Formats: sequence, structure tokens, C-alpha cells
Amino acid sequence: MAKSITQEFTKGLWAEVPPFRLVLGLCPTLAVTTKVENGIGMGLATTFVLVGSNILVSMLRNVIPSKVRIACFITIIATFVTIVQLLMQAYTYSLYLQLGIFIPLIVVNCIVLGRAEAFASKNSVILSIADALGIGIGYTLSLAAIAMVREALGAGTITLFGKSFVLFGHAFMPFTFMVQAPGAFICLGLMLCIMNMLGSK
Amino acid sequence: MEYILLAISCILINNILLAQFLGNCPFLGTSKKMETAVGMAMAVIFVLVLAGVFTWCVDTYPLKRFDLEFLRTLSFILVIASLVQFVEMFLKKSIPALYSGLGIFLPLITTNCAVMGACLINIKEEYDFMHTLVASFSYAAGFGLALILFAGIRERINLGRVPKPLADTSIGLVTAGMIALSFFAFKGMV
Repeated sequence: MAKSITQEFTKGLWAEVPPFRLVLGLCPTLAVTTKVENGIGMGLATTFVLVGSNILVSMLRNVIPSKVRIACFITIIATFVTIVQLLMQAYTYSLYLQLGIFIPLIVVNCIVLGRAEAFASKNSVILSIADALGIGIGYTLSLAAIAMVREALGAGTITLFGKSFVLFGHAFMPFTFMVQAPGAFICLGLMLCIMNMLGSK
Repeated sequence: MEYILLAISCILINNILLAQFLGNCPFLGTSKKMETAVGMAMAVIFVLVLAGVFTWCVDTYPLKRFDLEFLRTLSFILVIASLVQFVEMFLKKSIPALYSGLGIFLPLITTNCAVMGACLINIKEEYDFMHTLVASFSYAAGFGLALILFAGIRERINLGRVPKPLADTSIGLVTAGMIALSFFAFKGMV
């Protein structure tokens, strides 16, 4: 357990990057990645919840009795999710509408509970923050990458900060399959395959 | 008639796994073997119907009456978590046979977003009590249907030779995509 803060941080960016290496948190990964903006928004919201819950769980790790720990973790996570929900409703209302029920569903995102259980309940506050930031940023980047592939192929645009950038000329016929449900599964499956190929070298 | 239409639309058209992307972690996690898939499907049907009804009551009576809707996320997850715990204890005491079948899947259901998601959808669609009941059951049945279909296909895939980088989850996701595509055919039904 003698890992440094930087190691805990960087492992979330590549070695344990959530939807690819740890196959967790798939539902939002598949559902919100129709636009780059939505992917990044979802990733940042999850990061906020991860950092908040990791800090609190890690601070309370000696107080929470192990028998009721899951219930306690979930309560902590749900509190942070409510905070994020209210903040997004107030400041980024259009994104809030686009993400819909997937914001309250961060509560049941296995990544958040998984980090609280596997990491924050055993490690100090500083290390937990590093871990949460690493995993959170890794998750955000992965969502953005998936969304980029899907949006570029499916709509021919990249949407960032409320602006759509058109990538291809007029002759481009959008491959709408990619932004629909089956495309999400197949796209993620193929990207996972590419990650496996890169990782095995 | 209205209830039948609602059931068909929840099971086939808005299938919770393939069209709404909820509950994908257990979908991939428990579909390697038929037995576990059936166990998970049964457990989800059992819990989702109860959870749908309970969360509807919680939302309608205390939350809406006292303007506490911002507590929805917190209260729903607590209702679901305690319900799962309660169901587990109840089954262990009174129906041990069922418990040994569902046992290991029950704790996993707390973090199954299909349960929480379906409850939230029920509230969002402003269903009344009977609609909630029918919709919850149909969503769960749709989950079970997709999971069991998928497990069957996956067992066959494991017999073949899959290229190494594609193995396991990767080919699983592509297969799920194909199933989702075939469920697309139901779109115009209702």
C-alpha cells in the first residue's frame, strides 16, 4: 500500500480507466454519449460525486460500523448526487434536461460505490481524493472519446459548449445508427476491443 | 386494453436494457451462464415490482404533499436498499428454497440501475397506482427477457473461437447491439 499520490491519480487515467478496464458504470456510458457535451457533463458530474463521497467516506471510515457500511455509503453518495442535481438544475439547465434521469442514477453507478468500498474505506483522505480525481477524469475522458466517435459518425458534428462544429462537407450522409441504441453497444464493444489490442502489447 | 398496450410498450419497445440503457452492469455480469441469468431475472422481477409500488407511495404521500421532491433521489435509494435487505431476510426465514436460488443476486440489486431507473421513469411519466404496478412488472419482465435471450446467445458464443481482443465483454457488447437492433423492429407496434 506504499503507493504515492501521483500513482493513485494516474492509475485512473489508463491502467484502471472505468468503462474500459473496469467494466463498471456502463449505463450512463451508453446512454448519454450521443453528444460530446453530454458525455463531458455526465463525466464531470460523476467526478464531483466521486470526490465528495470519497472524502467523506474516507474521513468517516473509522466511525462507520462495517455491518451497515453499504447503507452509509449510499446515503453519503445520494447526498452528493442531490447537490449535483440541484446545482445543474440551477446553472446548466439545458444539460440537466438532456441527461434526464441519468443524473439521479449516479447514485447507483457502480463506479462511485465501488471506489468508496474498495478504496476510500481503507485509505487516507489525501489518497482518496487522488484516487477519485484520477478515476473521475479517466471516466470523463472515456465518455468524451466514445461520444466523439458516436457523434462524429452519427451526426457529423462535435458539440461543445453549446456549439456544434460540422466536421464533414455536404456530401456526408450521417450514419444515424451510431447515435441510436444498438450503435451504442456496438461502438463500445469495438472500442473495448481496440483498448484490449493496445493493452496487450 | 390500455394496460396491455402499456405492458407491450414497456416489455418490447422501451425495453429497459436495450432501449433505455438501464441495468447494463448485471446484464453483462450475470449473463455468462443461463442459471445465473435466470436467477438474476427472477430477483429483479421480484424486487422491481415491490420497489415500484413502494417508491410510488413514498413519492405521492410524503414527498409531494410536503414539497420535498428534492429528497427524491435520497429517499428512493434508501427505500430500495432497505427493501432489498428486508426481502433478503424475509426469504431467508420463510422461503429458504427461493433464498438459496436468489440469494447472491439480491444484494447486487441495490446498485442495479434498472430498479432505480424504472422507479424514476414511473414518477416522470406521472403514472397512477395501477399503471405503476403494470409498468414496473413489465419493465422487469422486459429485463428478464433480454437477459435470458442474451445469456443463451452468449453460452453459444463461448463455444466458438472468438479473436482474443474481442473476447468476453467486448463480443458481449457487440452481441447486445445486435439484440437491440432486432428489438428495434418492435418500434412501430404501439
